[in-house]
Amino acid sequence: MASGVKPRVKVPKSAEAGEVVTIKTLISHKMESGQRKDKDGNVIPRSIINRFTCDFNGQNVVDVELFSAISTNPYFEFEATIPEAGDMKFTWYDDDGSVYEESKSIKVG
Amino acid sequence: MKFKALTAAAALLIAMPVMSLAEPDDDHLVINGDLEIVTKTAAPAHMEETGIDTIMSGWHFRADETQQLEMDDFDNPGMIFVDQAIDSWNAVEGSAGKSCASCHDDPSSMEGVRAVYPKWNEAAGEVRTIAMQVNDCRTTRMGAEAWKYDGGDMASMEALISVQSRGMPVNVAIDGPVKAVWDQGKELYYTRTGQLDLSCASCHEQNYGNMIRADHLSQGQINGFPTYRLKNAKLNTVHARFKGCIRDTRAETYKPGSDEFVALELYVASRGNGLSVEGPSVRN
Repeated sequence: MASGVKPRVKVPKSAEAGEVVTIKTLISHKMESGQRKDKDGNVIPRSIINRFTCDFNGQNVVDVELFSAISTNPYFEFEATIPEAGDMKFTWYDDDGSVYEESKSIKVG
Repeated sequence: MKFKALTAAAALLIAMPVMSLAEPDDDHLVINGDLEIVTKTAAPAHMEETGIDTIMSGWHFRADETQQLEMDDFDNPGMIFVDQAIDSWNAVEGSAGKSCASCHDDPSSMEGVRAVYPKWNEAAGEVRTIAMQVNDCRTTRMGAEAWKYDGGDMASMEALISVQSRGMPVNVAIDGPVKAVWDQGKELYYTRTGQLDLSCASCHEQNYGNMIRADHLSQGQINGFPTYRLKNAKLNTVHARFKGCIRDTRAETYKPGSDEFVALELYVASRGNGLSVEGPSVRN
C-alpha cells in the first residue's frame, strides 16, 4: 500500500429535494507516473489511483478512469442533484489493489 | 500615420493588462468564510527608512485562481500536510517513548507560537526558530533523531503549528537580547550577493509589484510560510525559499538552519509585524 494515502470528501450535510450541490473530493496520493527513474537508472514502477467512483444509495453516479499524467493528490469536484436523503459512497482504486472508501450522508429538508 | 497611431494604441492595450497583473490587488482574504486575514496593514515603525508604508502579504500578488485556493481549507493543498503532521504529532518516537502529544497535549496548545517566532530562548542563549525548537524537543526530550531542517516532516509540522495561530498578528520582538541578531539579519537583507549582485531589498523593497522575467515580485513577506507552491506541489519552508532566492542571484547560499538564515528570518519576519499569520498559504 502506498504510504500517506488519505481520502477526504466535502459534502453538505443537508439539501433541499432536487437541489444541486457541489461535492469536492481529494485523495492524498503520490501518483507515481511510471515514467521516472531512480538514481541508478531503474524505472520506478507506476503506482497511481486508476479509478474513482461515486454511488448514491447504491446507484453509480460517477465513474472515472485515471491515467499516469494525473498529478499528485487527485482532486475531483462535481455537482449532483439530490432527489432524496441518502448515502454517498466514494471509492478510489489503487494500482496496488488497495481500495479506499469514504461515505457521507445527506439529509433532505 | 493613422495606422501607426492605431498600432500604438493596440500596443498600449496589450501592455496595460500585463502591467496591472504584476501589481498587488485589493482583494480580501477570508478563510473558510469566517476567518478574516489581515493581508495589508501599516508598516511597523522600524521600516520607516525603507519608504514602504503599507506591508502586504504575498497573497495580493497572486492570480485570482491561486488566491481562491487559500480561501477554503478543503481546496488548500497545504492542509494535506497539516493532516500528516497530526499523525506525527501523536506518533511516539525515540528512546524516551514520547510523542509531541505526551508533553504538549493537543496541537491547539501551540496557539500563538507562530506569531512570535523566531524568538530568544533564554536557557539556550540564542535566537530560535520553530524548526530549531522542534528539533530540540526531538533530540533532548524524545531521544529521537532530528528532522532535516527544511525537509518534508519539518515543513508539515511547521504548518500544523502555524495553523493554530492563523489570523493572529505577527508580533516578533526585535529589541532586547535579539537586537544583535536582528541587526545581522538586516545587514544580510541589504547585502548584495552573487553574479547578479542583488540583495533582498533590490527586488522585494525597491521593485515589488514589478515583474522579474515571468514572475511577480512581492514584498517577500514570510507570514504565509510554510507555503504550498504549485510549482513543486509541496510545502516550502522559509529557509528553503531564502536559499532559492540567493541561488537565483547566482551566489553560493547559506545552509538552511544556519545562523545567517536564522538572523535573516528574524529580520524578514519583523518586516511583517502586523500582518496575520497565514500559513500554510498557497502560492505559485
